[in-house]
Amino acid sequence: MNILLVFIVGGLLTFAMRFSFIYLLGRIALPDSVSRMLRLVPAAVLSAIVAPELLLHSGSFDLSPGNTRLLAGLLAVLVAWWTKNTLVTILVGFGFLLAAQLLFYP
Amino acid sequence: MSERFRSLWQGIRLEFPLLVGVFPFGLIYGAAALRAGLTPALAQSMSSIVFAGSAQFLTAQLIHGAAPALVIIVTIAIVNLRHVLYSASVAPYVSQLPLRWKALLAYLLTDEAYAATIVHYENAGVTPTGHWFFLGAGATLWLTWQFSTALGIFLGTTIPAAWPLEFALPLTFIAMLVPMLKDRPMVVAALFAGVVALLGAALPYKLGLVLAALAGIGVGMLAEGRR
Repeated sequence: MNILLVFIVGGLLTFAMRFSFIYLLGRIALPDSVSRMLRLVPAAVLSAIVAPELLLHSGSFDLSPGNTRLLAGLLAVLVAWWTKNTLVTILVGFGFLLAAQLLFYP
Repeated sequence: MSERFRSLWQGIRLEFPLLVGVFPFGLIYGAAALRAGLTPALAQSMSSIVFAGSAQFLTAQLIHGAAPALVIIVTIAIVNLRHVLYSASVAPYVSQLPLRWKALLAYLLTDEAYAATIVHYENAGVTPTGHWFFLGAGATLWLTWQFSTALGIFLGTTIPAAWPLEFALPLTFIAMLVPMLKDRPMVVAALFAGVVALLGAALPYKLGLVLAALAGIGVGMLAEGRR
């Protein structure tokens, strides 16, 4: 597999999506149903990435308190809710996970 | 000071607060990409060719897992689909520009450049120098992303292997996701996508992710229709 070629195709696709309506406006309008669909895309994609990272531990479902990633993630959800600040959320979540790993699994 | 330069400078200035989140993200991407087995040159070139943080993280992971090219490309497309929405949103403000300006601004249309630029456009409307603001915000973000990636690649091997760097990705996404969950269709889309992602996690090459995103969007649309 030529990795650079994959980047180029992925980059062109990304550019095409960013360019799409900037280019097309005036030629076609964005249908209402499409814009309502697109609005939901980030929430669905982000959640689909986050859920397995927090809840799966080497392939199996882990709801135990020993799952430090789940605890760090839940803490991050609370911090994100309160502060709406990306950096603070990352730092608190990451700091918690690092501390938990160093303390409990040295 | 010319009006163009004033707009450019304003774009640069208003992009700055957003860089606080971008810089560490780029740093971590650079280090994580090396850890996933990419060469420094490939890790850096992905930052300028694809130029989309979350898609780059996932691509590095997929390459590490030896996923087929098609899977990587589909994943990039799904994760970056939100940019169509940004494109539609800024399109009315840039409709009078020459094609080369439109193409340049489209290349620079990332989450953070959009966030700063749309606020400007909504306040100022269409002005003769509005595209210089967009350019200022977008180029500032571009430079920051390239530089932080390079620094991450440079520092990569000095970061202790026990540090769970890749966990920065879900944390960043939590920070982006939580403020979005303000109405029922959004919550339904997020919940469904999360559950399907868990059920599909055993599928190879993160195909569960693609299925989950589509399922979340579909069920969210149903919830939208019932309002």
